Amino acid sequence: MGAAAADVYLEVQRSAAFQEVRRRYRKFVVPASVAFFAWYVGYVVTATTVPELMARPVAGAVNVAMVAGLGQFLSTFLLTWAYARHARLRRDRAALEVRWDTQELTRGMSGSGS
Amino acid sequence: MTGEHQTLALLLFSVFVAITLGITTWVSRNRRGSAEEFYAGGRLFSPMENGFAIAGDYMSAASFLGVTGLIALFGYDGLLYVVGFLVAWLVVLFLVAELVRNCGRFTLADVVAARMRERPVRIAAGTSSVTVSVLYLVAQMVGAGSLVALLLGGTSDAARAWTVIGVGALMVIYVSLGGMRATTWIQIVKAVLLLGGTIALTALVLMRFHGDLNRLLLTAAERSGHGAAFLAPGLKYGGDWTARFDFISLGLALVLGTAGLPHILSRFYTVPTARAARRSVVWAVGLIGGFYLMTIVLGFGAAAILGPDAVRGSNAAGNTAVPLLALDLGGGAGSTGGTVLFAIVAAVAFATILAVVAGITLASSASVAHDLYASLRRRGGKPRSEVAVARIAAVGVGAVAIALGLLARDLNVAFLVGLAFAVAASANLPVLLYSLFWRGFTTRGAVWAVYGGLVPAVVLVVLSPVVSGSPDSLFPGLDLQYFPLQNPGLVSIPLGFLAGWLGTVTSAEVPDEVKHAETEVRSLTGAGAA
Repeated sequence: MGAAAADVYLEVQRSAAFQEVRRRYRKFVVPASVAFFAWYVGYVVTATTVPELMARPVAGAVNVAMVAGLGQFLSTFLLTWAYARHARLRRDRAALEVRWDTQELTRGMSGSGS
Repeated sequence: MTGEHQTLALLLFSVFVAITLGITTWVSRNRRGSAEEFYAGGRLFSPMENGFAIAGDYMSAASFLGVTGLIALFGYDGLLYVVGFLVAWLVVLFLVAELVRNCGRFTLADVVAARMRERPVRIAAGTSSVTVSVLYLVAQMVGAGSLVALLLGGTSDAARAWTVIGVGALMVIYVSLGGMRATTWIQIVKAVLLLGGTIALTALVLMRFHGDLNRLLLTAAERSGHGAAFLAPGLKYGGDWTARFDFISLGLALVLGTAGLPHILSRFYTVPTARAARRSVVWAVGLIGGFYLMTIVLGFGAAAILGPDAVRGSNAAGNTAVPLLALDLGGGAGSTGGTVLFAIVAAVAFATILAVVAGITLASSASVAHDLYASLRRRGGKPRSEVAVARIAAVGVGAVAIALGLLARDLNVAFLVGLAFAVAASANLPVLLYSLFWRGFTTRGAVWAVYGGLVPAVVLVVLSPVVSGSPDSLFPGLDLQYFPLQNPGLVSIPLGFLAGWLGTVTSAEVPDEVKHAETEVRSLTGAGAA
């Protein structure tokens, strides 16, 4: 790839269209990652350091620990679904447009087919 | 476990081997031998196929047999362990899968090397990837040997040694002849078998309790002898503070390590687009989550139906809980149903090990050929075809794994899986995340991040109680123990991130803005993706 083609990426990176894609990606991923990581570390630390709290009964055989453990499964499924939906509705189309534009520009610059 | 079980289990297992060898020959019938074909299976798998293959790569015999046994013996603490294996997929989904698919071609090093001076970065990332793979591989090989001894009663040393050799030979054949395409189909077949077996057993357990989960848990707690404590944390990872910190360390390694496992990363290159990579992770989360939920039912089911004494009596670590449960659910020892179910479970466990080792062997042969050989071979020497090197590397990795598997076959290597995750989290994840998200990251930072995670992780394990200084150590006679925890993650993961940061701020190199722009634009849009 020539120097000119490389400049295309700088130009695209500064474009409003790309920055919008990046902003949407980060706006979902950063808070969601902080949330699930804190929730998981909190769960593991609580289970290992204050097991008495986790042993409190809720209903029948079910105690706080069971609710928290199954809650981890549930939150993982929900976040997976939410991420996929957000990406499909808010990011895919815009990203694809930037991709075609970028590839048009690099093709024009380098003159070859790659 | 009598002769009847053995014959049927061996028969079913032979059928699986025949089918997988058939797949391998079918796939390699008119191979073009391109790197694209060998490492990435032509990149044309569908998200559903790849999702099943990811699940197949990830659900090891250790989870199927080990986790259920852990729950059967220690109750809730087994569940605590399992949660980390699933939550880890959020790291993969949010931060890694799509971006890696967009920027890389075959390996982890591709992503990092795109921004940096290629040679040192490839050597570092290649070394740590091969280390992770070999650790994981040895654990699986030794596990295969013990599994034969457990399930077929062939406790003789020779039987275990031949199992290790046989498993090693088969994985080399799959990988070197069939490449990624054969490996992927083997994973898919295995995932379907494993899920099918697990669903059947779970249904039988639930039927035994008429669908009443509450009664299942209460019976398990009662028969365990621990009462309500069986349903709360603390039986295994409670106790002194060392044990508690050890579990926190393991939990961190599991959650952060999955995204750095080379054989998982290489799966994202087998689909055409980043969108397909995302959808395959969504499939994988569904399949893996469902599988672990069922293993929890099976674990508590084993405690309730068999009781921990019967489980412990057969194998102290609880690894035979599922096969014993199958025998009981089918109608007990001597009944046809029991024999058939037992044989199915044994065959599925073998299939699981074979598929997992094939996936790891392929990923490490890619690291050897694509990263290490390409960087280290003599300049000016006649370049060999990369695929030829990769095939030879698969044979080499197989030979090393067989040799280490034979050497370690009497040792308790359960810690190796946790260690492989810890090395992946300490050496691979920091460099990957910094390359994708940090504008100012430099070559020195990348090299330091890898070695700054890899070296402490390995050194801390050598100095830990798993190697020496306690009766359960590998070398009980020696005393080199200076580090109290069995899993190094709690220390080595922060060190990996710290070293990457330190290397970057101390290097004189000016970060290449253009290359960063290229990585960022490509990772988020897929422009110029392979």
